[in-house]
Amino acid sequence: MKNANRIAPMLVMGAATLYFLVPIWWLLVAASKTRGEFTSTTPLWFADFALIDNLKELFAYGDGVFLRWMLNSVVYTGGAALLGTLLAAMCGYALAKYRFPGREAIFNIVLSGVLVPATALALPLFLIFSQFEATNTFWSVFLPSLVNPFGVYLARIYATASVPDELLEAARLDGSGEIRTFFTISTRLMFPALVTIFLFHFVAVWNNFLLPLIMLGEEKLFPVTLGLYSWNTQVNQIPELRMLVLTGALVSIVPLVIAFLLLQRFWRNGLGSGAIK
Amino acid sequence: MKGKGKALTFFILPFTLLFAAFYLAPILYAIKQSLYKVERQGTFGKATEVFGGLAQYERVFTDGPFWESIGRVLLFGIVQVPVMLGLALVFALLLDSGLVKGRRFFRLAFFVPYAVPGVVAAIMWGFLYSPNLSPFTAITSAVDLLDADLVLWSMANVVTWVYVGYNMLIIYSSLLAIPQEVYEAAKIDGAGALRTAWSIKIPLVMPAIVLTTVFSIIGTLQLLAEPAVFRTFSSAVSSTYTPNLTVYSTSSVPNFNLAAAFSVVLALATCLLSFGFLKITQRGGDK
Repeated sequence: MKNANRIAPMLVMGAATLYFLVPIWWLLVAASKTRGEFTSTTPLWFADFALIDNLKELFAYGDGVFLRWMLNSVVYTGGAALLGTLLAAMCGYALAKYRFPGREAIFNIVLSGVLVPATALALPLFLIFSQFEATNTFWSVFLPSLVNPFGVYLARIYATASVPDELLEAARLDGSGEIRTFFTISTRLMFPALVTIFLFHFVAVWNNFLLPLIMLGEEKLFPVTLGLYSWNTQVNQIPELRMLVLTGALVSIVPLVIAFLLLQRFWRNGLGSGAIK
Repeated sequence: MKGKGKALTFFILPFTLLFAAFYLAPILYAIKQSLYKVERQGTFGKATEVFGGLAQYERVFTDGPFWESIGRVLLFGIVQVPVMLGLALVFALLLDSGLVKGRRFFRLAFFVPYAVPGVVAAIMWGFLYSPNLSPFTAITSAVDLLDADLVLWSMANVVTWVYVGYNMLIIYSSLLAIPQEVYEAAKIDGAGALRTAWSIKIPLVMPAIVLTTVFSIIGTLQLLAEPAVFRTFSSAVSSTYTPNLTVYSTSSVPNFNLAAAFSVVLALATCLLSFGFLKITQRGGDK
């Protein structure tokens, strides 16, 4: 009786697993085939294993522009998420742990920022940056990506929950300055939460498409998503790009998958904490 | 006490400055731009920006394709958001029910698509849908997943594929946070697994479901990467297929004033919808 109860749920989960993983499996298989084999062999199984050759071609094409895009993405995303998490953590922490005039006002304004869709900001940001002739630069994508209002919201919740006031009082009595206390004690207590904020922020910037699309014209500055998109729009004119797009798509998801695997213990349980409160 | 003030400035100023520069200023600037229009003297004369009052908004409200695109994403949202969150809820409940073995594996497997950027997911599924490239020829030779009738739902599938696991995790984490004692009472009352899920678990994770719904509504109205990519796979996707695509194509004309007005209307519509949804669910919760 017990076993019969389990069959249906396991079937559902198994079917769902196929749905989620088969496309990625297909991408891996497709990226390992030669151009001729791509349409002529069984789509879901390997033919001659040409992944290495495809990778060589991918990284050599257009003076190695793909590697450049990958590095750009890492800098835009990693840099913005690291710095952005720190800024959001400091602000959220201050909003949680200090009483000062204007505290609620700041929090409410920032919170309403969560509801403003990031894409609605892309065009006006472009217009503002063009006033300073600063479009089509690294900073035009990097600086706006630093701001993460949802991170402030989460940081405030986490700081309230995980940093006890008594501990801060004790640190004060020991003569530790407020800033030093934050960096040596509070960040440590908030660390799992900070990783969650970092991950959210990382994915958001990694996925942001409209801002670089509007802001950047020069291929060298593209993040990998925009680069792959621009290749994909040229596939009809330059058919050999098709294999490069496939291989590039595979390579582009590797860093995030690795990051997710390494940071599993943080997102596995930390992801929902913001929602419960 | 002086030290505290300094520390406060140090903590709060960097974020608020950036927030003001890259969140508030663009909003105000978009509103300002949307109130201007470009005037030319003669057909080829010099273009000057003059105050145009609500002229751009008149154009926005009489722009057929824009409202069609709003209708399209609303239809998309009404179908896709419940399907996606329904699946996420079912998977989360199954994971939590104790009937499923290998929970760690499933959690990870379902979450992996979230690591795929929207553009890349759309490119990948674009290949999977294309009749001559797809591995699923049995399906793609029978129905054209990229024609005018189906392409919207093909996109819905891409979005669902990416976000089900993410939403499942949010709901699942809040299921884990329910104290065990709550279930003891249900057991004593003889409630089965289904009954427990329906009467205890779902009401308790409602805040998580509301949160994911709000994020999904915002995401739906902002649809951009999927339709932009699908334009290369399907001729059924026009340059004004979704509101954000309209903003982008209008700004590349370039007609920045009109594009700004589109942005403002879209942002307002998004805020209204997500705010409205929050208010409705809060009122429901008070009863």
